[in-house]
Amino acid sequence: MSVKIFKINEDLKEFMPQEIIDLEEKATWGNPKRGVMDLPYAKELIEEHSLCAGCPESVAFRYILASLPNPEDTVIVNSTGCSSLVFPHIALHTVHPLFGNQNSVASGIKRVLEWRFPDKVKDVVVIAGDGATIDIGLDCTLQSFFRQEKITTICFDNEVYANTGGQDSGATPRGMEFKMAPGGKQWDKVPMWQLAIDSGCHYVARLSVSSPKKVEQVVKKAIYVAREVGPTYIHLYTPCILEIGLNADQGLWEMRQRDKERFKFFEYMTDEAKEVIERKKKEGLL
Amino acid sequence: MPEQVKTEKVKYNRMGQRIVSPDYLLFEAPRTKHFITGSEAVKEAAKRASVDASISYPITPQSEAAHMLGELWREGYIGVYFRGESEFGVMSEVAGCAMAGARTITTTSGPGTLRAMELFPMWAGSRLPIQLVLMARGINSPLSIQPDNLEIYFLLDTGCMVWHAETAQELFDMIIAGFVVAEQPDVHVPIITAIDGFFISHTREAVYLPPQDIALPPYDPYKAPMPPIDMEMPPGRFMRDPFVMKSNYISYATHASWQFEVRAAIERSRPYAKHYLRGLVEHFGDPEGEILFIASGTAAAQAKEATQILIHEEGIKARVLRIKTIRPFPTEEVREAVKGAKYIFIPEFNVIGWLEREVKRALYGYTDIPIFGTPRVGGGMTMPPEFIVQEVLRIIGKEVKHVG
Repeated sequence: MSVKIFKINEDLKEFMPQEIIDLEEKATWGNPKRGVMDLPYAKELIEEHSLCAGCPESVAFRYILASLPNPEDTVIVNSTGCSSLVFPHIALHTVHPLFGNQNSVASGIKRVLEWRFPDKVKDVVVIAGDGATIDIGLDCTLQSFFRQEKITTICFDNEVYANTGGQDSGATPRGMEFKMAPGGKQWDKVPMWQLAIDSGCHYVARLSVSSPKKVEQVVKKAIYVAREVGPTYIHLYTPCILEIGLNADQGLWEMRQRDKERFKFFEYMTDEAKEVIERKKKEGLL
Repeated sequence: MPEQVKTEKVKYNRMGQRIVSPDYLLFEAPRTKHFITGSEAVKEAAKRASVDASISYPITPQSEAAHMLGELWREGYIGVYFRGESEFGVMSEVAGCAMAGARTITTTSGPGTLRAMELFPMWAGSRLPIQLVLMARGINSPLSIQPDNLEIYFLLDTGCMVWHAETAQELFDMIIAGFVVAEQPDVHVPIITAIDGFFISHTREAVYLPPQDIALPPYDPYKAPMPPIDMEMPPGRFMRDPFVMKSNYISYATHASWQFEVRAAIERSRPYAKHYLRGLVEHFGDPEGEILFIASGTAAAQAKEATQILIHEEGIKARVLRIKTIRPFPTEEVREAVKGAKYIFIPEFNVIGWLEREVKRALYGYTDIPIFGTPRVGGGMTMPPEFIVQEVLRIIGKEVKHVG
């Protein structure tokens, strides 16, 4: 438990920016029951964001950071893409390693933290886009599942390489036209949630970020299961409104459309995961 | 120079080895003679280095050293060990280990080095003092598993320190010294300790080892210039600042100055490396030698043999300047050593002659002594001393008496 690292030296307090002081005084630390309901009241662990106006990914970041059960001991590993622009605004230890190796770096971090701090719970969460998770980083993603690394992997699936200007990715559905799929993508969307199940993940969820409460629930479940059992995977639809030609206020509408079809809520858990989840429910933590 | 650890109170590492100062371990501890391979020397060094983590991946000729690091993990000397998915994965995993505050070692060779290439500048940019033991072998194509050190050239400007050992003994000492130098707070960049694969990894030689119940002080990640990723310190700024990705003058200047800083950190390693390696170079042969070989690694060992032949059988004064550290490059030492030489020969185990390029860069505008990048072999060829002598005699216009 390292909340004290956010405590500001009293003598220096007058020079500190208000948002840093707020982190100490108004953020929710040391409370595993924290969640998205705190959003209007507590200081968020994300300070603004550097994404486009109305970007659903920015919403996903806020919900996830509000839902971490143990932020004072949570390390986040990210990858290259739109999401990598956001990490400097996050008040936790985050790493941008390279493009696609986020699950390998996270494996090394998790194992060493277990070795260095055997008596502490240190959660390691990977947050990366569909290109990083499914295309260039698929090897590292799946291998970390095979090895049963105790990490939570969250994929922001916007079905496109958005940060490089709109090229099709493995997560693009067949037929959708992007800049490297002139005439439409010629093969199917990679069912990453199914690959995660087949590769040994103990908890897998697929959903959009249209419902904050739902996001909170799956994030907490995934982290608790990863802590005790093994790898967990969350596949989130965070559409790129820019690349699919929507306005800043249409992200939620888009997600609600997809909630009825290819991002219909889907949840999978192994028996070991179920045991953890039932126990956490009894403890009032879920 | 760091003072020797005060031993008023005896301290032990997690494995129960007595912690001693680097100076004691490297220079003062009594040593016993062992007949071991270069791969075994890696194990013996890691055993005495309080290593926290090692991840491995099979590739000839480094696999055996990696197996033995696994044995050390099994015995309890290393905290974290597993086989990764590829060299790209492994170099990412060791990066994670080092970010989380571990003293970390791994090994690779040839195609593995190139597979992992994207990681080396990332290690340097993240200021991770990871040690990579590089057992050089040919790179494809055509497929080769033979000794050839072309791959070292690719690593010279990654922001990592690069040292080149001549023998298994030197590899043992360099691995220990490598951690000590790389982890200095004012250095804190990765260290690549290279040898020529097979020639060193697979052959046995006498290696003098200190006792196995003493070890280096454990790594203290809180002395690092960058905070470890463990949520035990306030979140600091890392490679993660987006301003380096934005298009403005500050971002350009930041990125450029950080690259300069990584190179400056390598420069700051000089005094430490000089101390722990007992000099960045080694002099061998007749100090008045007109024939000067400048070489590193196994090529230097062969040049030493050739020097003996030239002196004792041909009556020609010859000497060797052996380069131990390619990064930092011992420019001053090279300039000093060429005084009095009439011919400079640079024998190498690769076809491009990367050491010749380095030496020529150091000597450009400084001397008119002719420099010959020869002999040069590759793809697994050997470089017999007689062959070196023959080349020298041919070039300086002398009759070949004893060889040829």
